[in-house]
Amino acid sequence: MALQSLDIQRVSATTTPPPGVRQTIEVAKLIDVSKCIGCKACQAACMEWNDIRDEIGSNAGIYDNPRDLTADSWTVMRFSEVELEKDKLEWLIRKDGCMHCADPGCLKACPAPGAIVQYSNGIVDFHEEACIGCGYCIAGCPFNVPRISKKDNKAYKCTLCSDRVGVGMEPACVKSCPTGALVFGSKADMIEHAAERVVDLKERGYSNAGLYDPKGVGGTHVMYVLQHADQPELYHGLPKDPSISPMVALWKGVTKPLMSLGIGLVALAGFFHFIKVGPNEVEEESESELH
Amino acid sequence: MASLAPTFGRGAMTNHWVDIKNANVIVIMGGNAAEAHPCGFKWVTEAKAHNKARLIVVDPRFTRSAAVADYYAPIRSGSDIAFLGGMINYLLSHDKIQHEYVKKYSDATFLVNGDYNFDEGLFSGYDKDKRKYDKTSWSYQKGSDGFVLVDETLQNPRCVFNLMKQHYSRYTPEMVSKITGTPTEQFLHVCEMIAATSAPDKTTTFLYALGWTQHSIGSQNIRTMAMIQILLGNMGMAGGGINALRGHSNIQGLTDLGLLSNMLPGYMTLAGEKEQDFEGYLNARALKPLRPGQMSYWQNYPKFHVSLMKSWYGDAATKENNWCFDWLPKLDKVYDVLQVFELMHQGKMNGYFAQGFNPLASFPNKAKIGEALAKLKYLVIIDPLATETSEFWKNFAEFNDVDSSKIQTEVFRLPSTCFAEEDGSLVSSSRVLQWHYKGADAPGEARGDAEIIAGLFLKLREMYKQEGGAFPDAILNTTWPYKIPDSPSSEELAKEFNGKALADVTDPKDATKVLAKAGEQLASFAHLRDDGSTSAGCWIFTGSWSQAGNLMERRDNSDPSGLGNTLNWAYAWPANRRILYNRASCDASGKPWDAKRKVISWNAKESKWTGMDVPDMRPDAAPEENVGPFIMNPEGVARLFAVDKMAEGPFPEHYEPFETPIGTNPLHPNVISNPAARVFKDDLEAFGKARDFPYVGTTYRLTEHFHYWTKHVRLNAILQPEQFVEIGEELAKSKGIKAGDKVKVSSNRGHIKAVAVVTKRLKMLSVNGQPVHTVGIPIHWGFKGLAKNGYLANTLTPFVGDANTQTPEFKSFLVNIEKA
Repeated sequence: MALQSLDIQRVSATTTPPPGVRQTIEVAKLIDVSKCIGCKACQAACMEWNDIRDEIGSNAGIYDNPRDLTADSWTVMRFSEVELEKDKLEWLIRKDGCMHCADPGCLKACPAPGAIVQYSNGIVDFHEEACIGCGYCIAGCPFNVPRISKKDNKAYKCTLCSDRVGVGMEPACVKSCPTGALVFGSKADMIEHAAERVVDLKERGYSNAGLYDPKGVGGTHVMYVLQHADQPELYHGLPKDPSISPMVALWKGVTKPLMSLGIGLVALAGFFHFIKVGPNEVEEESESELH
Repeated sequence: MASLAPTFGRGAMTNHWVDIKNANVIVIMGGNAAEAHPCGFKWVTEAKAHNKARLIVVDPRFTRSAAVADYYAPIRSGSDIAFLGGMINYLLSHDKIQHEYVKKYSDATFLVNGDYNFDEGLFSGYDKDKRKYDKTSWSYQKGSDGFVLVDETLQNPRCVFNLMKQHYSRYTPEMVSKITGTPTEQFLHVCEMIAATSAPDKTTTFLYALGWTQHSIGSQNIRTMAMIQILLGNMGMAGGGINALRGHSNIQGLTDLGLLSNMLPGYMTLAGEKEQDFEGYLNARALKPLRPGQMSYWQNYPKFHVSLMKSWYGDAATKENNWCFDWLPKLDKVYDVLQVFELMHQGKMNGYFAQGFNPLASFPNKAKIGEALAKLKYLVIIDPLATETSEFWKNFAEFNDVDSSKIQTEVFRLPSTCFAEEDGSLVSSSRVLQWHYKGADAPGEARGDAEIIAGLFLKLREMYKQEGGAFPDAILNTTWPYKIPDSPSSEELAKEFNGKALADVTDPKDATKVLAKAGEQLASFAHLRDDGSTSAGCWIFTGSWSQAGNLMERRDNSDPSGLGNTLNWAYAWPANRRILYNRASCDASGKPWDAKRKVISWNAKESKWTGMDVPDMRPDAAPEENVGPFIMNPEGVARLFAVDKMAEGPFPEHYEPFETPIGTNPLHPNVISNPAARVFKDDLEAFGKARDFPYVGTTYRLTEHFHYWTKHVRLNAILQPEQFVEIGEELAKSKGIKAGDKVKVSSNRGHIKAVAVVTKRLKMLSVNGQPVHTVGIPIHWGFKGLAKNGYLANTLTPFVGDANTQTPEFKSFLVNIEKA
């Protein structure tokens, strides 16, 4: 187990029920896109705290760098230029990374016992020592977040700094944010804070401002304040109504017992190949909803 | 700084970072605070969150600041005076000024010399051959008592108010749009938002930085905005003022300590070559009041100056030798960096010290800088990093294509510590001197800058002692009171800047009252004397390290007023004052214009000014005495009319960048660019024309990097690894350029290659009836460090500067772009 003292609520591929006596407060990180200036201090803080260093890459004609999440970049800023009204350009800058779903698709899909856990405070954490590198977590994630490292063939993503949170500190990214676009606290407090922000944004003319805490994954422990909550896709394709692929539910409900009966490993591999392309389909669907 | 002092008396940010939270309207123009000052930008978000403030961004690019703004308006780079001059016209013609403030606290009522005039782009007194003005007529009418004549009714056509009105009447909204490319309705919308704060209980604050200074009319850009703040009555107010955001950590400290070729510490100035007489030197600076009863605080110049000379030369400075006045250099001209590199380029210099400075990367026309360095006999680099300048002689293929065998300059590289490897103080934009502590030992053989300079000094002094020299006195008599002579400590230097009593200092009103005993640290620059009984290395810092200890170390952020004026946090010059000119936050009777943002007020019971800040006023000056709030100015008031303080005119006028995309000046086609800017002959020939270079180039920084330093840091290199330029979609389409393509950007001075970022954030503007596109050029790459090697952006920029400061015109020049 990693360095933390948090109580565990769910464990991947494990039937033993977790302990449930202690009461902990559900936490959340609130990302206020309307306050974000895209300075990437959070990216730097994440690399520093977690001792990860991505490659020095190249410029692909955009500000986003590193260009995508990787096993060494657990958060990246996504820059979107949007012109909803003529001559009213908006530069929407969204910090991307693990959403820490209340109902985590990665954990559900994970076949390795103990590789993915959910703490009772809501943080979803990968325990790489138990990871078998199968990549099913990627298939299970409705936000396309986990990445397999080429160095050790294990899956990595944002831990919401569970090691810091476990000792009463805020995540490193929140600590570094200069404008208060990132705040951290109990989920209830964050929802309240978001409500105030939404009032302010509406007063400034963003009539569709709102909180992004999608129900399809049971809510998330990383939430966004969006100027256009009715169109989350504007924010570099943030899914409007994310949900866990039905294939993962199927795997949980039917295939797993079958596997425990020792049937058809080869068939299963093919089956998961199919699941892995699932999220792409979901994205295409949400895009077509846009048009 | 060269525009704020001529207007208000002091060349510094008037309010402070935290105070931004008190504003109702925040204007970011000539800067990009979110990008370049992300930590300070926090106070903008505070103002929005807790004060319902509106943020306006006016910029050629839709910047990171614009991303969180309530309103954005585009503008062509280099046309800010047209925009702001149009705003002055708007405020005057819509009667959106704070009348009582303007009348009482500005020179609006002052009568101007009858010979002053402005015609077809030129002010009176222009000498075309010298490209200079005779400024005699840029002056006031004076009465027989020596004081300026005023017209309280503002009816006299020669009063400043009416001359100003006349001057800006040409800046109609249509003319503004024609010059700036800002659509008229957007310009007017910005005017309306700002005009609303002419109400006494509303404030606008302006945040600007190098986007205004780096123009051939940089100082006047700022002057225009300063005039607007006077008209709105926003100076001295919490949430108002002018927030000059400095471009480097501690660059405020650099100017405070006078590290410019014509400056002495504390904004005193070196004498010109015609000022050989000490009395004359002092009299020209210790200005007498121009109106009755005014403080004209620079009258104390002799006290500051003599204390400085005592600090430098100790016992050798005596009344008899005019406190060593003759030992100071007398300038035949200003030796700013452009002048120095021009002389170097002419082969007139042997050696050059670049200390914490990377001129090959940081100065315009890289080719010229490189050629100049190649003519030196020796070059000394004092820097924590291996800079491009230190390897200017080495071939880095396309990025620095030089023939090393032809360069004979001997280069010495002396590694120095960086800020985190030493104790000391930094002065922030807010004028706050804050002490910091060493975080780590420096690597390798790196030494502190003071240690390096001390080593050189002691060696030189030894040589002078043994071998003599043309003029050894200044070197031999410089005080050197440090415990370890070859390594002066930051503490010792800080105490020296603060200054001490050399003999007992007594109260001038009561000689029995001792203010400071001999040997004690001084508590205030009010205790400085011109009789040699005090020393102070930088008079504005006096009080920062008094007998009470190092006040720069204080970390008490308690804020009883709630306005963020934390008087016990570190130490702000002058006199720990946080909001300059705060007397102007009250009406003439001493009552705050706005009770909610009371900074100070006249306390009739105690007969003194009290409040949450150190009053910027003689503490017992009753309102009836009519002492003006701008105590450094002999007028006692702020200057709408800058008299002879600016090189190119008392009122700011729009002049085109030296490389103009429209080739004319719609206001006066015969005077296109700044007529008083200094242009060297070779550089005039190196200017490009719009027919060859049709697009406006502008250089700037990105949040991910700091200048040419952080490309040496892996984290920053990861976040923004490779050189790019930005162009709008229209230009990209017409040139067949796609995002991610490699492009070649060229000016008349050279070319760079970079990746193209194609964006909606750079729009084509219609200027003077023609389309103008902008090419955005971030500066951060070079041929040393961890980020991908790139071209120095200053390969492209022109070698011309502002007429007052010689700050180069990095923000507006002409380029072409093509697919590489």
